[in-house]
Amino acid sequence: MEQYFIQFSLLILFLPLAAFVVQIFLGKRLPRQGDWVSISAIGITLILSLIMFATMLSSYDSGFSKEASFTWIDMGSFSIQLGFLIDNITIIMLVVVALISTCTHIFSLEYMAGDIRYSRYFAYLGLFTFSMNGIVLANNLISMYMSWELVGVSSYLLIGHWFEKDTAANAGKKAFLTNRVGDIGFFIGIMLLYTAVGSFMFSDIFEGVAVGKISGTMLTLAGVGLFLGAMGKSSQFPLHIWLPDAMEGPTPVSALMHAATMVAAGVYMSVRVFPLFSPDALLVVAYVGGFTALFAASIAVTQTDIKKVLAYSTVSQLGYMILAVGTGVYTAAFFHLLTHAMFKANLFYGSGSVIHAMHHALHKKHDHNTDPQDMRNMGGFKEKMPVTYWTMLVSTLAIAGVPLFSGFLSKDAILAGTLAFAQHHPAHLLLPVFGFGAAALTAFYMFRLMFLTFHGAPQMPELIDDIHESPKEMTGPLVLLASLSVFIFYTLPYVDPFSDHGWFTDLVVAGDSFVPGSIPAREIADHAHHAHYTAMYTSIAVAFLGIALAVMVYLRKVFSAENWVKSFGTLYDWSRNKYYFDENYERFLYQPFFRLANKVAWLDWDLYDKYFINGFGRFTDWLSRVTGRFDFEGIDQGLVDGTGRIVNYLGGTFRKLQTGRLQNYLLYVTAGLIILTIIQAF
Amino acid sequence: MEGIIINSLDFPVLTVITFLPLAGALLILLMRNNVLIKWIALLTTVATFIVSLPIYTQFDKTTYKMQFVEVHPWIPAWNLNYTVGVDGISVLFIILVTILSTLCVSASWKAIQEKTKEFFISLLIMETAMIGVFVSLNIFLFYLFWELTLIPMFLLIGIWGGSNRIYATIKFVLFTLAGSVLMLVGIIVLYYAGGKTFDILTLSNAIYPHHLQLWLFFAFFSAFAVKMPMFPIHTWLPDAHTEAPTAGSVILAGVLLKMGAYGFLRFSLPMFPYAVKLLFLPLLVLSVTAIIYGAYVTLMQNDMKRLIAYSSVSHMGFVTLGIFTLNQNGIEGGMLQMINHGVITGALFLCVGMIYERTHTRMIDDYGGLSKTVPIYVVFFTIFTLAAIGFPGMNAFIGEFLIISGAFKANMVIAAFSILGVVLGVTYMVWLYYRIVLNEINPTTKSQLSDLDFREITTLIPLVILVFFIGLQPGVLLSYMHVSVDHLLEHVSAENLEVYDSITLFGRYLKEIIGWV
Repeated sequence: MEQYFIQFSLLILFLPLAAFVVQIFLGKRLPRQGDWVSISAIGITLILSLIMFATMLSSYDSGFSKEASFTWIDMGSFSIQLGFLIDNITIIMLVVVALISTCTHIFSLEYMAGDIRYSRYFAYLGLFTFSMNGIVLANNLISMYMSWELVGVSSYLLIGHWFEKDTAANAGKKAFLTNRVGDIGFFIGIMLLYTAVGSFMFSDIFEGVAVGKISGTMLTLAGVGLFLGAMGKSSQFPLHIWLPDAMEGPTPVSALMHAATMVAAGVYMSVRVFPLFSPDALLVVAYVGGFTALFAASIAVTQTDIKKVLAYSTVSQLGYMILAVGTGVYTAAFFHLLTHAMFKANLFYGSGSVIHAMHHALHKKHDHNTDPQDMRNMGGFKEKMPVTYWTMLVSTLAIAGVPLFSGFLSKDAILAGTLAFAQHHPAHLLLPVFGFGAAALTAFYMFRLMFLTFHGAPQMPELIDDIHESPKEMTGPLVLLASLSVFIFYTLPYVDPFSDHGWFTDLVVAGDSFVPGSIPAREIADHAHHAHYTAMYTSIAVAFLGIALAVMVYLRKVFSAENWVKSFGTLYDWSRNKYYFDENYERFLYQPFFRLANKVAWLDWDLYDKYFINGFGRFTDWLSRVTGRFDFEGIDQGLVDGTGRIVNYLGGTFRKLQTGRLQNYLLYVTAGLIILTIIQAF
Repeated sequence: MEGIIINSLDFPVLTVITFLPLAGALLILLMRNNVLIKWIALLTTVATFIVSLPIYTQFDKTTYKMQFVEVHPWIPAWNLNYTVGVDGISVLFIILVTILSTLCVSASWKAIQEKTKEFFISLLIMETAMIGVFVSLNIFLFYLFWELTLIPMFLLIGIWGGSNRIYATIKFVLFTLAGSVLMLVGIIVLYYAGGKTFDILTLSNAIYPHHLQLWLFFAFFSAFAVKMPMFPIHTWLPDAHTEAPTAGSVILAGVLLKMGAYGFLRFSLPMFPYAVKLLFLPLLVLSVTAIIYGAYVTLMQNDMKRLIAYSSVSHMGFVTLGIFTLNQNGIEGGMLQMINHGVITGALFLCVGMIYERTHTRMIDDYGGLSKTVPIYVVFFTIFTLAAIGFPGMNAFIGEFLIISGAFKANMVIAAFSILGVVLGVTYMVWLYYRIVLNEINPTTKSQLSDLDFREITTLIPLVILVFFIGLQPGVLLSYMHVSVDHLLEHVSAENLEVYDSITLFGRYLKEIIGWV
């Protein structure tokens, strides 16, 4: 099968693009607005990815890798090659993208039914899948960057799907621009590497790093630059602000892009370029990731909008993955990316299902003021929506890190790596603290979400009769993804739910960093292995601590949440208002930015052009007036006419001499002679 | 003569495409019927375009030599010949001119209701002048065409322009004239210094004393920098672009601005390599200042045409940045970006012109929710917006990419700043898009808006094709310029001044200054 992988990849890449083109141009005219075109395209993509996946499992070769490139631009000394790199990481990622994308397509059939831009919606989903797979398959920084930007645009289009709503249009813009800020770094990083190595291919760059074509500060800068791109896409502090707003998009989109795949692109990229991160760059990565994990979790704790909780949860989980990359266990990061994609997509679909039900119930009551996403309006949905409840519960257990579920395995791998890192670098003790702290908070806020939504008494009893379970198009993906959150799918062919051994760890093996002087991958793995049990017990303990707290506060109501709010006071306000990030960015970033732009525009137009440039005109004008006056009054009236006047005057004077009388002339002659004689005498 | 290949086609192709529009203008002069006039104008421009095609099929990409050359004695007493020819540096501009001119005629079909005859005559004379600039191999001829562009443009803005047209057109002419007068002085000095000849190739191969190079560089620079326009002599541009009729804006942005950059490549680099290398850093700083400063000013515009006009300042900053990096990537990127900017900004001006014709307002605040009222229009506008922000797979991406990669070789700090400029460029375009395309429908202009008709769509489609063609197959265009740029760089590198080493450069400055004192 392996020999067909390149052809498969081409199909996987371009089928969704073909669907996009068909939908954009013909969508509205096709029966059912062409949704079947998109579904079949993505379905074939999924089948092909699964074939590749099955082949990978059957050959069970951890070193498998296949590459194919073609020359895009050839200008002699400068040429750009584009191509595919297919190894086990690629294949797993392709399956993730195709699977979640297929689920989203199916889920959307019902969720988006009757939408005014139904065909356009499916078209954009196709565009997204195309560009995401472009990132996954890239074997070079250029095509990765190109797909990266394309992902940004499709995200912009889908977040702004309901662009009549100012918040949606705004959120799209914010996402796009925030990502672009990160991309400055990405681009600088690419260029630094290219300038030093002379190629955009991963393999060439790694080789260049290994032989020291780029090293020291430059390498760190390049690494941090690339990571900045990842920070933008994976919504890491302080560029995290766009992701919660992106929830303005349709919920299936949030599940696909803003939970499972697109935001994971940053992590994926960091995993791909891991071998070139210098130790200093990795420290930056680790601290950004670790801090984001804890920071976002602390916001999620107090949110009441069900999607906002999940959004901050996503930010936090992405922080985990980044933390893992930073501490060197990047395969653990990728593992968590995989498991997280399943349970987080499921949680989003679940929330979509709940919102869908709320929406219909409210619609029936003609209530258009109540927020269907606010958990304070829910409660007691458990009996009404059993499938949604149970599937979400499985995913909640997984994300909380409870044994027997997938999240436990991957989170444990990350925490073990982090702990091991701190054991060998005691100065960085803060990193595992971030990790375990976030783990406790995650367990707490996820169960808080479950209890507020599904347990207890209905907060709006008048609605509860109209709350119904969602149809099969929506529950199908829920059941599928929930079952994929069970440990067994990741530990096969082994069945020990506490060991981190399975096909994944067998097939995805960390390679050595290419940076001279780094710790070999083998050693990092050994360290992590030694820390494994300590990390596991601690993480189980903190998870149960979090769950127990949630049970006591929101289920048993042993403590009153209101009293907690009061006693935490300021801290609660900060968390509730997301630490006022948006407000402060507005005040200290955007407004000064626009003020500066305003000043520059004023300087250019009202000062420079109006006074300086037009000043030339005015000066010339003035000068010409003065010259004109001088010319007319001085030269013309004074000199030219003056000459005339003088001549005239003289003529008048001398005319008097011309008397015509001979006597007078004789007199002049005699006088003249006398004068001449006198002069002669002297 | 050395360095040229005499025209191998069986007709004088360059002379024909240069003067065909003029012939069309003369024909129109005899007409009275407005409809007939429009058709003749369209036919003339299309015919010019078609006649220009053999150049591209017959062009020999393996040589830097001038091709399709025609030489005829003109004024023997001054050693003055009529010489035209193209090489890899000029060849692509001809097709840019012929395409944009055709689209301009189409775009003016309904917009121009008064003095139709005079309008199309001006437009066609403009085309002759523009092609003439790019094909002249004689500096005297070049100067003639260079100045000839001013007259029709003066009329286009002054007669068919917006409300503030008189101010704008006078400002435009005074600015450019001031620059080109200094160039005239430079040309005369060059004539004597280069051995009493106006032949560009001979003049390029001569070597001038360092001191003279500096003076001549500034003389030519003043003309080219105004045309570009480079910071800080750019303020004629927003007025001229804004007040000009759509066709005028397209020609201005699409071609006229490129004449400055072309001048740098044709004259400044080969003739004054010492001066260019000496001023390496200041020129790069000036370019990157234009990029960032221009983008900032663009952000705050509330008139769509003005916004796009100001964005040209920023984009042309990229072009000069590329040219003055003095390396292969930078120069080829700069040249490609000239074509790209012509296509994209031309398209954006056409887009703005199309809705302006319907609503007679250019104010951003008067629009909103266009994606609901005029969906077809928005498809085009979206494509060109994405192209303008340098979106991968579209043409400007590869241009900016090459420029920045060239800039990284030249100076990393400046290159990093130029990337900031790219992001600012995204910001103002996305913000514009957000304000006019998304959101609720704006009632002010709702009733007047109707979607694009067949003529307008056919006007825009060639540009869409170019956007994607260049974006996906940039190699095709680059292959035309490659050998000529190589040769140019070889020529420049004969002057051995190490530009990438700032300390040496600063040492040179001290020496120059002391030499002066």
